[in-house]
Amino acid sequence: MFAYVARRLLYSVPVILVASFLLFWAVRVTFDPLSKLRGGRDPGALARAAERLGLGQPIPYQYWRWLTQFVTGDWGVSSRTAGSVQGLILPALGTTLQLIVWGVLAAAVIALAVGAYSAVRQYSAGDLVFTGLSYLGVAMPPFWLGLILIQILAAWPQELLGLTDPPLYFVGLHSPDGGGPLDYARHLVLPVLTLTVGLVASWSRFTRATMLDALTSEYVRTARAKGVPKGRIVVRHALRTSLGPFVSVTAVDAGLLFGGLVVTEQIFAIQGMGRLFLDSLLTGDVFVLVPWTLVIGLVVIVFNLLADIVYAVLDPRVRLG
Amino acid sequence: MTTVTPERTQWQRARRRFLHHRLAVAGITVLTVLLICCFGADVVAPYERGVQNLMLGPTPPSAAHWFGTDELGRDYLTELLFAGRISLAIGLSVAVLATAVGTALGAAAGFFGGWVDEIIMRVTDLFIVLPAIVVLAVALQGAGRSPAVIVPVLAAIGWTTVARVVRSQVLSLREKEYIAAATVLGVTRRRIIVRHILPNLTGVIAVSTSLGAASAVIVESTLSFLGYGVQPPESSWGNMLSQASGLIGTEKVYLLYFPGLFILLTALAINFLGDGLRDAFDPNGARS
Repeated sequence: MFAYVARRLLYSVPVILVASFLLFWAVRVTFDPLSKLRGGRDPGALARAAERLGLGQPIPYQYWRWLTQFVTGDWGVSSRTAGSVQGLILPALGTTLQLIVWGVLAAAVIALAVGAYSAVRQYSAGDLVFTGLSYLGVAMPPFWLGLILIQILAAWPQELLGLTDPPLYFVGLHSPDGGGPLDYARHLVLPVLTLTVGLVASWSRFTRATMLDALTSEYVRTARAKGVPKGRIVVRHALRTSLGPFVSVTAVDAGLLFGGLVVTEQIFAIQGMGRLFLDSLLTGDVFVLVPWTLVIGLVVIVFNLLADIVYAVLDPRVRLG
Repeated sequence: MTTVTPERTQWQRARRRFLHHRLAVAGITVLTVLLICCFGADVVAPYERGVQNLMLGPTPPSAAHWFGTDELGRDYLTELLFAGRISLAIGLSVAVLATAVGTALGAAAGFFGGWVDEIIMRVTDLFIVLPAIVVLAVALQGAGRSPAVIVPVLAAIGWTTVARVVRSQVLSLREKEYIAAATVLGVTRRRIIVRHILPNLTGVIAVSTSLGAASAVIVESTLSFLGYGVQPPESSWGNMLSQASGLIGTEKVYLLYFPGLFILLTALAINFLGDGLRDAFDPNGARS
């Protein structure tokens, strides 16, 4: 297991490095890291900053310099806030991970439940409704969905019931004065829904397909013949075998999830990685963009690795090594 | 002994299966109507494009203006039909471009294997590590935001999905007995690719083109929301939607519903079409 994890990480390192180099290069070509200093009165400042950042050097050299500083913990200073890049990225990552963890948990539970139901009651009214909803979920522009959800679940109920607060909040993850777990939950529902509807739609279709395969398999027929109760067959025999492939699909969609974050955090004004990316891009903050990519790349890879490990735990036939 | 079926009947069978798929037929009908209405908007649209009526201002849907009017008193349906030209054109051209590149590279990777495969697949790996929307935003920040730029940039991301699917299909086809038989008979590699591999990819290609078109229309709207889509005064469903995104909780919220509905309808219709194509070309395939 340990050897496997180590090898997978080693294999991923070149991919991340190439990705971050390409981005470094694209960002360097696109943006001027000295734009803030350009209109200044002191022409010497420009030259000094260029010297300090090594801008006269070839880009691969600049990248190497930046990378060695990055791995030794010196992530540099943001040109937008003049604060340390670590101080921007790490809190944002914490916020984003909350959305991801709750989102993946909620999406997985709902998708498994819906998929299993649809497979057991294939072609029933419920199955048809879920199928229709999943088509809608996939075809929906994500930010439109978020806005419509705000309208339906927050703005209308507030107006109709004459409440001072909407039942579900749509700004940030906490009320300004803190608030308890209930306050946190009321903030989480809408962004998590926005982030996961598309995932629930495709994951539930996937679960339905694998469950249908499992339910028509011979071991399920054997279990049935032996008189195992139906609920037990569905959960212990069919769902159990569908979990493995399910986990790998969730891992593949990790990138999608991070893309969704950019939109979700923008709609709900959540100060996470997605928001940080947009703010940095709009202000041309190269000092944040490149480490941002590296961190996101690492998170995606860790995500995939976790999925592999969970797969191996779920399916004893799989040996990591 | 298998009989050699002429290609014509294979296509006829595919067409029959497609027509039996009711949702796919509904999808292609809706899509055709949308295409005709948008590209024929000069004739179909109820009002002239861009005519403002500042005295009227924004009004909710009515008999005179089915979808209401926007802040400048323009008929919203008319504006939506004209905007649909850009959205649909972007969707279709991205799909065609991404599929062409993805098929060529995916087939090359699958057929030749070795270092060709290695390089192409490592490039597609990059896009797994980096969220597509991030790459798109960075690229568009640098390259400008006209449709002429958005299309190639979207296709530059979209081809990776197509390439993966085509590659795995080619890998499995390559091991088929009839390919081995053709090789033994001394059929040239070129002929094997053209006569034996490519025709069997038709289904995969058709499906990925349609899915690519649907996702391109949606991604364009997402980019617009983030400020990286088609820029006004040119209009697309995406930027109409993003312009209306601040109207939540106001009386003008109807301006938010309609562009989204058009995108949703288009994406739904194309996805149904894709499902129908998949069943038509691959009747025994994994159908959920």
